[in-house]
Amino acid sequence: MSNGLKTLTNGILKENPTFVLVLGMCPTLATTTSAINGMSMGLATMFVLICSNVVISLLKNLIPDKVRIPAFIVVIATFVTLVQLLMQAYLPGIYDVLGLFIPLIVVNCIVLGRAEAFAAKNSVGLSALDGIGMGLGFTLALTLLGAVRELLGTGACFGLQLFPDNYGALVFVLAPGAFIALAYLMVIINKLQKKS
Amino acid sequence: MAKLESTFKNMVLSLVIISMVAAGALAGVYILTLENINAQKLAKQEAAKLAVLAGHEDGTAIETSVDGFGGVFRVMVGFDAEGNILGYEILEHQETPGLGSHMTHWFKNADKPGQNIIGRKATGAFAVSKDGGDVDAITAATITSRAFLKAINQAYSEFHGVEAHTGASQLNNENKEEEL
Repeated sequence: MSNGLKTLTNGILKENPTFVLVLGMCPTLATTTSAINGMSMGLATMFVLICSNVVISLLKNLIPDKVRIPAFIVVIATFVTLVQLLMQAYLPGIYDVLGLFIPLIVVNCIVLGRAEAFAAKNSVGLSALDGIGMGLGFTLALTLLGAVRELLGTGACFGLQLFPDNYGALVFVLAPGAFIALAYLMVIINKLQKKS
Repeated sequence: MAKLESTFKNMVLSLVIISMVAAGALAGVYILTLENINAQKLAKQEAAKLAVLAGHEDGTAIETSVDGFGGVFRVMVGFDAEGNILGYEILEHQETPGLGSHMTHWFKNADKPGQNIIGRKATGAFAVSKDGGDVDAITAATITSRAFLKAINQAYSEFHGVEAHTGASQLNNENKEEEL
């Protein structure tokens, strides 16, 4: 049990995919223009991450080492497309918000990274926990980054206007602001982690 | 079970089987969801039609598509009999989230007359202020804004065509078709 708990919390703090592993920067920088966008991307990624981790862990002995990467990619891309189709058909409201981000999950190297580094070597249960932990870590990081950028850029947080948007620095909503905000968040988190 | 060796036969078999299962699953889910997805699209279209006409029964809703920043997007525009814009809805788009995606509400903000196009009389010549027009573009999404206004202009010229056509009586319409 303690092993499972360790796997679960690993992704949230110690090996946070965004702030510590620095994986999946493309969707991180591109989609965190607001808190809700970041959170949506995080949740969609978490879902794919859990599914692909479980399936790859089940298949790990059936995939010869030399062709593991193409095999993993096929599994991940299949899940992403399935999620997109199912969401479009049965959850149109959520699809309207998330639809734009879903194809981006395929290029997210966290999913492939966890398949390679964890699911291919561990049991199904642990792989599922790893997927949940990493997914939560990613979601938290993206929500935090999105919230900071939205607040500094437009004066709002989760769409709630905290100060007039005329005082916002638009650069934080644009690409350069993504790098600046991410760098400062990394500094703060690394500092906090060193202390503890 | 021991891990499969990386022999040529194993590699080919493993990849072929995985790809086949994946393709089968995708095809199955595609067929399963196709009907529902089409129904959702249709429902959205109907809802958009109601929304863009804003209760005006004599209005005309026109759907048009245009090349945006992230791909083709489809817009539904409602006009009243005089060609004033009643409303618009974006049916489908792939514009940048947080920038170009603001077009879904940017051009109908009644508090900001510079960017609002609702209630204005369409002339087919809307342009962003950067291009000498009088509509404020979405901040940091000029390409999307240009494409959006192009869609509105396109819809207007189509509306103009429809208007000229239905302006004549039903009887004339039939005659026209015979002439063609």
